[in-house]
Amino acid sequence: MIRDIALGQYIPGDSLVHRMDPRVKIVLVFLFIVFLFVAQNFVSLLLLVVSVAACILLSGVPMRHYLKSVKAILFIVLFTSVLNLFYGGGETLLKIGFMEIKSGGVSNAIFIAVRIISLILLSAVLTFTTSPTSLTDAIERLMKPLKVFHIQVHEIAMMMTIALRFVPTLLEETDKIMSAQKARGADLESGGLVQRAKALLPILIPLFVSSFRRAYDLAMAMECRCYHGGEGRTKMKVLHAGKRDAVACVVVVVICAAVVVSNIVLPTVLS
Amino acid sequence: MTENGFINAQDVMFAYEPEEGREPRNVLDGVTISIQRGEFVALLGHNGSGKSTMAKMFNAMLLPTEGKVFVDGMDTVDEAVLYEIRRRVGLVLQNPDNQLVASVVEEDVAFGPENLGIPPEEIRVRVDEALKAVGMYDFRLNAPYKLSGGQKQRIAIAGIIAMQPDCIVLDEPTAMLDPRGRSEVLETIHRLNEEKGITIVLITHYMDEAVQAGRVIVMDGGHVLLEGGPREVFSQVELLKKHQLDVPQATELTYRLQGMGFPMPCTLTTEECVEALAAYLPPVQAVP
Repeated sequence: MIRDIALGQYIPGDSLVHRMDPRVKIVLVFLFIVFLFVAQNFVSLLLLVVSVAACILLSGVPMRHYLKSVKAILFIVLFTSVLNLFYGGGETLLKIGFMEIKSGGVSNAIFIAVRIISLILLSAVLTFTTSPTSLTDAIERLMKPLKVFHIQVHEIAMMMTIALRFVPTLLEETDKIMSAQKARGADLESGGLVQRAKALLPILIPLFVSSFRRAYDLAMAMECRCYHGGEGRTKMKVLHAGKRDAVACVVVVVICAAVVVSNIVLPTVLS
Repeated sequence: MTENGFINAQDVMFAYEPEEGREPRNVLDGVTISIQRGEFVALLGHNGSGKSTMAKMFNAMLLPTEGKVFVDGMDTVDEAVLYEIRRRVGLVLQNPDNQLVASVVEEDVAFGPENLGIPPEEIRVRVDEALKAVGMYDFRLNAPYKLSGGQKQRIAIAGIIAMQPDCIVLDEPTAMLDPRGRSEVLETIHRLNEEKGITIVLITHYMDEAVQAGRVIVMDGGHVLLEGGPREVFSQVELLKKHQLDVPQATELTYRLQGMGFPMPCTLTTEECVEALAAYLPPVQAVP
């Protein structure tokens, strides 16, 4: 039941997006997200939406996965959009009591909804097409300059790898413990907030204990396999940015430039 | 004792840190074991016999409080050769879930060679070879949590093989597996022993697993109780029983029949037992 969390689930494939350098993907997604918020008019927003759609199509990942990740945030999108309806100037479209909906509010709401959905879809493209290991690997490479500030980049990346590896294992275990406690008559569903939080304790404690045991075992297994930190370590998969990454960079930069230009040339809708 | 063994443990003593106000107790109390290159050794004993502690001595995860352990002539106390020892002697643990590091099978197998600083192209070759050796090549892009226990354990073995060890020590690798997973893992390690000449030390409390080994070492209370070929060891039914150890079911049956006055040979496997019993049955007339 708690196992179908879409975010952060890698879907193996061999599409153009799958084969891109994860470092390039991370940087481009980040850039894209920034420009989602730079865009100030419908033309540039449309351009970005079309680009996101293109990314989704190129990724070759079945639509249902994307729908699932959007579904998860639908409430937040609706909530923020409705909230935004009441902000912004322009002519009054509707008046209910003391609340007014103005044209600026409507475009505000559309903008925020499109932005959040695009943001989620884009990060979904990234996590669907990049294996967790290459993702952490890429983050490790990208953060390497931080070593100057004595930040243990390799250790952080290793912790992320292990955390990702154990998410499904621990979820499975939580399920098992919940069933076991239910079988002993534990009531997890009824009662007020405090009572329910208390009912979670008999699940969390065994989970913690077993996590520590797992950590001990894993540390030993890692030592058995000669792990001794990042020093002198090599990687099976060497990241190298190729022609398609260069092309992707150029395309994204052009899109971003177009957004900036349209911001200057076209009058902004939001005001 | 033989000095030319691949692993030589000499009079190994070991005690864990005692709890407050308790006397320290020796988990290992003068164990001398020698393992030859290419051997298949089963290390038997019930819980608390010191067999798992002994396993950790073989790859310098634990160091003896007294006595010495040599791996291929290297002293396990010597920190300078620590990783060389761990590369040569791989250790596979009991719980398959807790020893896989990465979320993709092939990346997990690559973990060991990556730690050793092997060039990327060679890691690729080794990973593919190791996965083929355990029959898991088709699963190389899967997520470990979707595999069965036996498959996970084979991945763990592949992760060790990718480091090209001389010896693999397996600490009750089948204890958490279903019968099918057990036979998968056992088949794999027997094949590695025969085809690649990898020395295998199988720690187990399953008697039927020990029967298939070339040599059996029985431990009890931190000592080596018995040592020899499976037939030699399991024929000492009385001694094993005195130390609350089981014998294979076939052996048990023939032993009891012997006690009742039937001159039976000592059998180890079900097939042998059936044959021995069949010899007693009157020849059956074929039904026309």
